[in-house]
Amino acid sequence: MVLIRFLGRAGTSAVAVFFSAVKYLGDLSVLAFETLSSLAQLSVRWKLTLHQMMEVGYRSQLVVIVTGGFTGAVFAAQTFFQFHRLSMDSAVGAVVSVSMFRELGPVLTGLMVAGRVGAAMSAEIGTMKVTEQIDALRSLGVHPVDYLVVPRFLALLFSMPLLVAECVGIGILAGQFVAVKMLGVPEVYYVDYMLRFTALRDVKMALTKGFVFAILVALIACREGLNAEEGAVGVGRATTEAVVVSSLAILIVNFFLSLILNIFYPAG
Amino acid sequence: MSADPKPMILVAGLTKTIDTQQILTGIDLSVARGETLVIIGRSGSGKSVLLKHLIGLMTPTAGEIWIEGRQIVGLKERQLMPIRKTVGMMFQGGALFDAMSVEENVAFPLREAGERNAQTIRAKVAEALEVVDLLGHEKKMPVNLSGGMKKRVALARVVITRPNCVLYDEPTAGLDPVVSDSINHLIRRLQKRFGVTSIVVTHDMKCAAFIADRVAFLNAGRIYFNGAPAELMESTDPTIQDFIQGRARDIE
Repeated sequence: MVLIRFLGRAGTSAVAVFFSAVKYLGDLSVLAFETLSSLAQLSVRWKLTLHQMMEVGYRSQLVVIVTGGFTGAVFAAQTFFQFHRLSMDSAVGAVVSVSMFRELGPVLTGLMVAGRVGAAMSAEIGTMKVTEQIDALRSLGVHPVDYLVVPRFLALLFSMPLLVAECVGIGILAGQFVAVKMLGVPEVYYVDYMLRFTALRDVKMALTKGFVFAILVALIACREGLNAEEGAVGVGRATTEAVVVSSLAILIVNFFLSLILNIFYPAG
Repeated sequence: MSADPKPMILVAGLTKTIDTQQILTGIDLSVARGETLVIIGRSGSGKSVLLKHLIGLMTPTAGEIWIEGRQIVGLKERQLMPIRKTVGMMFQGGALFDAMSVEENVAFPLREAGERNAQTIRAKVAEALEVVDLLGHEKKMPVNLSGGMKKRVALARVVITRPNCVLYDEPTAGLDPVVSDSINHLIRRLQKRFGVTSIVVTHDMKCAAFIADRVAFLNAGRIYFNGAPAELMESTDPTIQDFIQGRARDIE
């Protein structure tokens, strides 16, 4: 009896979760549609977009460099510890490079940007929402999507691939430094293997993922901000949700994206 | 009802339900051009909700809203944008863009309308700030302004594009009597100088008596009284008298 009731309740909440997930996807689709139709009107506010690129791109570099650098370094070290027992020291470069390009670079950059930029965006838009600034925009005949969402969307779209590239580049250099200078892998072999196994397909995969994650972070952060509920609690919740949802979305989408992209850019 | 064949704003059967709570139940209202209508009522009587409907910021559950002869219920956000340029709204807290200075806030509607000439913008901003007595505060940021100054900047931002109609949400709430009085004078001055239609939501009886051509008393989601301010004052209706005198009835 208790079990049935428990299952019943679990079932109801599962259905509720399912419906709220569907509603969330609906919200995101509507926002994506609004964004695209705003872009189609070709009245992009470039000044605001540049300002946002400064905020999300330029100012995210420290975070991305530290993340890329230390991930590349630790990844090289761990790979070396395992491969050294098999006398495959020189393969470390290839492993580090390919995984930085295909997975670690885009995903870690995405997560860091979701945390840093997604939070800031949803907090800013959310505060505007609860202080009636969004209503003020609308009352002045300005569409909030034109003014707030599109510049942020474009800024992330332009910045994210560059940040991913930066993260990957620094990661590979850090890995090389650790493997060659600290662990004594011969540099010539390291670089040769790395270049032999890394190809343009890996770069394309990294950049494609960067674009997709940029879209995810921008839409989710703006959706959370625009739907923030009254008061400081509302803004706080919107900010947390933006970070959590966009991080999870990146991880989940990344898995499926990897499978799909592997068809177009198969691993060498 | 007004005899004007084409009133500035016409509301018919406006009903709004939020969740299960009925906020407005069948509001009929007409505002003539150049008229100042004051909507009074207790906090939570739905005054602000009514005001937000008049500019399409909220969508009614039922009913019609006509602005200058155009039905706005059912219009999409992008279709509402041109209509909103003829009707301005001053928000309760001012709703200034806090990332911009006073000058940028006031210039915002001009820039959005496509004005690029810096000199024209500066001149018009100065003119608008002069109307609200805030010349010399151009470079301040909204966080450094008092409540009354914020409302005045908000007013300057509304009037800079010369809308035909201005909606005021609690223009004097939370201000000291002197600043309140100056805001009341401002509303009158705007009406006289530019002939704008004004709809003012307030629970400040002094404000209502001073600026109103006509008063509508909103009670429990309905228009309880609609007429001249003098008529309201002389009314013997207990609900109206309680409101005017500021008496609480439920307390034994």
